[in-house]
Amino acid sequence: MKEDHRDSLEFDFSGIRPEEAIISTKDLHAWFHNNLVLKGISLSIARGKVTAIIGPSGCGKSTFIRTLNRMHELVPGARLRGHVFFDGQDIYSPGVNPIMVRRKIGMVFQKPNPFPMMSIKQNVVSGFLLQGIRTDQIDEKVEYYLRLAALWDEVKDDLGKPASSLSGGQQQRLCIARALAIEPSVLLMDEPCSALDPIATAKIEDLIHSLRGRYTIVIVTHNMQQAARVADYTAFFYLGKVIEYNRTEILFKNPAKSHTEDYITGRFG
Amino acid sequence: MAKLVPGRQADLHLPRSLIERGVGSVLFMCAALSVAVTIGIILTLLLETIGFFQHVSFKEFFLDTEWTPLFSNRHFGIWPLVAGTALTSFLAMITSIPLGLTAAIYLSEYASERIRKVLKPVLEVLAGIPTVVYGYFALTFVTPLLQRVIPDLAGFNALSPGIVMGIMITPIVASLSEDAIYSVPLSLREGAFALGGSKLRTIFRVVIPTAFSGIAASFILGMSRAVGETMIVTIAAGQQPRLTLDPRVPIETMTAYIVQVSLGDTPHGTIEYRTIFAVGMLLFLMTLIFNLIAHFLKKRFIRGVL
Repeated sequence: MKEDHRDSLEFDFSGIRPEEAIISTKDLHAWFHNNLVLKGISLSIARGKVTAIIGPSGCGKSTFIRTLNRMHELVPGARLRGHVFFDGQDIYSPGVNPIMVRRKIGMVFQKPNPFPMMSIKQNVVSGFLLQGIRTDQIDEKVEYYLRLAALWDEVKDDLGKPASSLSGGQQQRLCIARALAIEPSVLLMDEPCSALDPIATAKIEDLIHSLRGRYTIVIVTHNMQQAARVADYTAFFYLGKVIEYNRTEILFKNPAKSHTEDYITGRFG
Repeated sequence: MAKLVPGRQADLHLPRSLIERGVGSVLFMCAALSVAVTIGIILTLLLETIGFFQHVSFKEFFLDTEWTPLFSNRHFGIWPLVAGTALTSFLAMITSIPLGLTAAIYLSEYASERIRKVLKPVLEVLAGIPTVVYGYFALTFVTPLLQRVIPDLAGFNALSPGIVMGIMITPIVASLSEDAIYSVPLSLREGAFALGGSKLRTIFRVVIPTAFSGIAASFILGMSRAVGETMIVTIAAGQQPRLTLDPRVPIETMTAYIVQVSLGDTPHGTIEYRTIFAVGMLLFLMTLIFNLIAHFLKKRFIRGVL
């Protein structure tokens, strides 16, 4: 990143130094047809940390993380203007292949989406298959990433079974294992627990804690307690803008903006 | 606006009118009629088939290799007709599967919404062309064309009607496969893209395997159409029951044989006449099995995706 525009913007209290940022967006605008959903987002994501994006429905938080690995453009009618720097490179500059971006910035979705016609094992290595990469030591890799996703003990005897035989929470952890297996530096999670029960949610949150430091995680959630539990930094989005961005404990205990306070205390949202 | 009058109970008893009740029974009778007709057809087939097998043994029907019920030296071996049907249907399938599947992938994955909206109805119009037109197309256009490439191709042969039948079935295969491919949830495609998959690999590694039983169902329904198709093979394949898999020579399919006897002067009630019911029964069973397999595959597809 060439310039530090933090000082000129009054919403960002995170104190993330430019050299700490793995991703930083600059004046990011996104549309669906003529509907402007992101209105100039400039935000830095700290390397190796967990960043939560919170905000009411329709605030643009999901759209925001989908712009970070060029998934936004897959939706018909989607447009974008602005910059997303990943390790100093603008992923929207001409000549950048979105496929290569997605290999470095993985994603987990709201609804678990394991490939139904593949076994559990095949799902874990599906990234290699989809990238056309031949890989050896498949069994070792499958075990390694299933352990990383805290799923190994539950499925080690059923690796050949279809992924659809797993529970929702297990399917979601399988999707995390699958995303981690292609060794991204960043993992984007779009409300990963919204379709899960509290026990499955707790397991995913434990998993996020265990991945902290090795991966940069950006998690969108509408559950503020979840953000408070898992995130180092939290950004509050409202109507396509960042209202406040700070260290999580400060944002929740001592918000700088009345808007943020209203939202986290449940006065609107 | 109606005012709430205190103390007066609302009347909840509105007698159902006669028409209201009548409609139900009329509709039921319409539905029952079609079921009854189907049962009637199957019964006729069955009774005549039983009559046939009182004169001709199962052994002769399934083990003889000649089919000559209309000649003085009568043989009742079904295989030449089955071979004719299998050969033309096979040729139809190897034509329609690649064409139909490619069209389906294009329509579902590559075509813009506008092109899709135009192309799909056009494809379905293709399915509405009368088969007699296809038959003459095979006989008077495709056969002479093929004869330039294959000089020893007979004027009546299995190849030309097989290919034309394939063209006729392509819209069915394309349309049903496209439905299956299109209904693969977007979330799976997004999952594949998010793993750094290219579009082509996403289609072949995720979308098509997920839609596979639906696609297979479309193949089998197409197959069922090919087996039951009558006009094209009657016009262009010849009327010579022959136990061969050579696509260059005249053959006769099961359906074409039924046409031949129905149109000819074979007297009712004779054993020659009854052959068409036995052949018809076999044809019915074959298409029934294909349709059941297709139905089963479709159900599995729906369960697999949801």
